[in-house]
Amino acid sequence: MKTFKIGGVHPHDNKQYSAGKAIQQVPLPKQAIIPLVQHIGAPAKPVVQKGDEVKVGQLIAEPGGFVSAGIHSPVSGKVLKIDEAVDAWGMKMQAIYINVEGDEWEESIDRSDKLVRQCALTSQEIIKKVAAAGIVGLGGACFPTQVKLSVPPGKKAEVLIINGVECEPFLTCDHQLMMEHTDEIIVGITILKKALRVEHAIVGIENNKPDAIEKMRQAAAKTTGIEIMPLKLRYPQGGEKQLIDACTGRQVPSGGLPIDVGAVVDNVATVYAVYQAVQKNKPLISRVMTVTGPSVENPGNYEVRFGTPLNDVLAAAGGIPEDTGKIIGGGPMMGRAMSNTDMCSNKRVSGLLLLPESMSVRQAPQACIRCAKCVQACPMGLEPYLLSKMAAHQMWDELIEHNIMDCIDCGCCMFTCPSYRPLLDYIRMGKGKAGGILRARAAEAKAKAEAEKAKAETAAAKA
Amino acid sequence: MNKLIISPAPHVHSDDSVRRNMMNVIIALFPAYLVSLFFFGAGAFVVSALAIVSCVLFEYLIQRFLFKRPATIGDCSALLTGLLLGLNLPSNLPWWIVVIGALVAIGVGKMSFGGLGQNPFNPALVGRVFLLISFPAKMATWPTPAPLVKNWFTYFDIDADTAATPLSQLSENGVSAIAEVDFWHSLLGLMGGSIGEVSALALLIGGAYLLYKKTITWHIPVSILCTVFVFTGILWLANPEQFANPLFHLTAGGLMLGAIFMATDYVTSPMTPVAQIIYGIGIGLVTVVIRCWGSYPEGMSFAILLFNGVTPLLNHYIGPRRFGEKKK
Repeated sequence: MKTFKIGGVHPHDNKQYSAGKAIQQVPLPKQAIIPLVQHIGAPAKPVVQKGDEVKVGQLIAEPGGFVSAGIHSPVSGKVLKIDEAVDAWGMKMQAIYINVEGDEWEESIDRSDKLVRQCALTSQEIIKKVAAAGIVGLGGACFPTQVKLSVPPGKKAEVLIINGVECEPFLTCDHQLMMEHTDEIIVGITILKKALRVEHAIVGIENNKPDAIEKMRQAAAKTTGIEIMPLKLRYPQGGEKQLIDACTGRQVPSGGLPIDVGAVVDNVATVYAVYQAVQKNKPLISRVMTVTGPSVENPGNYEVRFGTPLNDVLAAAGGIPEDTGKIIGGGPMMGRAMSNTDMCSNKRVSGLLLLPESMSVRQAPQACIRCAKCVQACPMGLEPYLLSKMAAHQMWDELIEHNIMDCIDCGCCMFTCPSYRPLLDYIRMGKGKAGGILRARAAEAKAKAEAEKAKAETAAAKA
Repeated sequence: MNKLIISPAPHVHSDDSVRRNMMNVIIALFPAYLVSLFFFGAGAFVVSALAIVSCVLFEYLIQRFLFKRPATIGDCSALLTGLLLGLNLPSNLPWWIVVIGALVAIGVGKMSFGGLGQNPFNPALVGRVFLLISFPAKMATWPTPAPLVKNWFTYFDIDADTAATPLSQLSENGVSAIAEVDFWHSLLGLMGGSIGEVSALALLIGGAYLLYKKTITWHIPVSILCTVFVFTGILWLANPEQFANPLFHLTAGGLMLGAIFMATDYVTSPMTPVAQIIYGIGIGLVTVVIRCWGSYPEGMSFAILLFNGVTPLLNHYIGPRRFGEKKK
C-alpha cells in the first residue's frame, strides 16, 4: 500500500466518536453573521445594502479580485447591517448581518436529491460556474477553487488528485460525505476532469476507512478514468504535497506548486460542492462539520449553513461538556484553539473538537536531547530542532538557508518530541519573519530593476 | 465551564518522553546485567549500584547547590549514565574508584557543559576513560568468571582469582594466546571483562528490544559491527598468524556494549541516517586500528569518544533529504 516517502507520524485517529454518524441538519439560526473574508485572497465586496430582502443562494458579496470568492446568502431574510465582527481568534473583519425570516430559496436552485449525471458544459463554462458559486477548498486552506482550475499558460494538468484522506485525528465529515454522497462525488470528479481536461483522476483514501474505499470503488466502476487508491494510515497524508507524493510518486519542488508536477488537488467536500454548483445551481452556502470530543454528548457530523452561531452547532451536539478545557476549530494537529464560541460558522471551520481539561494543557518543556525524532518525523525533510533554535536566536538568514519556508505547519515535530519542546511555535514565528524578509527583498529587487530600466530609457531618449 | 485554554497547534502529543526513552535503554540492558550477576556475583551488583547511586546523587547535588536550579533526576538520564558506567567497569574495582568515575562522568562529562543535551561526549565513557588512564592496573584486572555460587563473595576477597580478558591476552601474547577461546563461551559471556560487556548474546537481545521499541535505529550498531567484521576479516584472511578471526573480534571486549548502547546515545550521535552510518564506520575502523596496532588492548571507548567529537561536523554537513530534492 502506498504512502508518502519522507517523515510522518501515527497519532491515534480517535475517529470512533463520530465515525459512521449520519449527517444531521443544524436548525436555522435567528440571525446569521456572514464575514466577508472566508477564503485566501482579497475580501469579498458586498452587493446588498441595509434593509435588502435576500433569498437563500442569492449573491450578497462579489469576489474582490482574481484570487477571491463570492459569498451567497445561506439564509433568507432582511439585511440588518454591514458591520465589523470579531472571530474566535480576535481577527476583526467586515460581516453582513442577516435577520432570518423563513427559508425561501432562489428559484434556479434544484433542491431535489435526484442524481444528475450528464454535464454538457465546456471546460470554461464549468470554471465560470464554480467561480460564480463561491467555491473554495474545504479541506482547510480555503483557496478559491476556480483559481486552481485555471491552469496557468505554459503548465499542463496531467492528473487530478482527490483528497479523501482526512488524516486529521477526530474529524469524520469527509468520510461521512463519501459514504452518503458517493455518486455525487464521482460525478463531481468527472466534471472537474472535464474542466481540467485530464484523463486520469486518483482518489486517495486512508485504509482506516475501508467502507468508504469499497463504496467509492463501486461507484467509480460505473465510469472510467477514476482510480480509488487506498493509502497507508500516516499523518500528514492529507497535506497537498504529501498526497501528490503518495498517489503519483512525484515531489513538488521547494517553493513550487502542485501544477509544477502536473497535479491539481481537491478535497472530496470541495468536489461535492462543485457537483452541487454545476449540476444543481446551488452555490456554497453550507458545509458538513464534525463536532466531536471524548466527552461530547452527541458527537457527529452536522450540515451547517454558514452564518449559524457555533453555539447553535454545539447545542445540536448536546452542548459544551462540563470538563471542556479547549475548543478547537478543526482537528487536533493543525486546528486553532478558540477563545470563545461566539463566532458563526463559515467556509473555514471544518470541525469543532472539544478536548477535556486533562488533554488541554501542554507539558512543561525539557532540555533537547538531540534524539533526532523531529528530523525523522518532518515530512518536508527539515531539521525542526535546528530551525527552532535558530528562530529563538533570530538567525533569519540561516533559517532561509535551511528551507524554513518549506514548513507546512503539520505539527509532526512537536507531536513527536519526547522533551515536549515548543518546536513549531518557534518555527512559525521564524517563518513569519523570514517570509517578510523574503518579500521585502523581492520588492526591493523589483523596484531596483524598474529604476534601472527607467534610467536606461531616459538615457536612450536623451541619446 | 471555566475559561478556555489557548495554545497553538498541535494539541495532541505522542506521549513519548525523555524518561520513557531512558527507561527503554535501562530495560534493554537487563539481560546483560543478569548474565554479569550470574558470572561475577555480588561484585557486579556492588559496583553497578554504587555507580548508579553516585551518578544520580552527583547530578542532584550539582543541580541543586551549584546551578541552583530544580533537579531533573526524574528524567532517569543520570540513572542510565550510572548504569552504563557501572557496566563498563571490572566487577572487582574498589568502591572509591567507582565514585571518582561517577563524579568525572556527571561533573566533567555532563554538568560542566550545562547538563542533559549539552554534552559533546558520552558522559559514561568520559568517566570510564578517565579511570582507565588514571588507574590502569586496577582497570585491567578482572575476576575470573564462574557460575553464581563460586563467585558470590569474591568482591570482598582481595586474594580472589583474577584473569586477563581475551583481548589483553591477544594484545600481549598474540593470536596463539586466544586459540583456546571458545566462540560460544564469548557469545554467552563466560570470559573475563567489564561487568556488562561479556555476553554478546544478552547485549544483542537488548539491542533487538531497542530496535523493536524504536528507541534506536539500526544504522549505528549495524555499521559499527559490519565495519569491524569486514576490516578484521580482511586482516585475518591476509595473515591469520598475526590477526585474530573476525568472529572473535565481534564478541570480544566492549564492542557489542559500545555499538548498541554507548555509540547510539542520542545526545552525542549524529541525527541523519547517512551521518550515522559514516559515524558507525569511523568508530569501527578506529576500534580495529587500536585493537590491532595500538598500545591498549581495547579501543571501543576511545573510538566512540573520538567520533562524538566529529558528530557536530557530521550534523552540519549531512542534513536530511529534503522533500522535492532530486536524488544525486
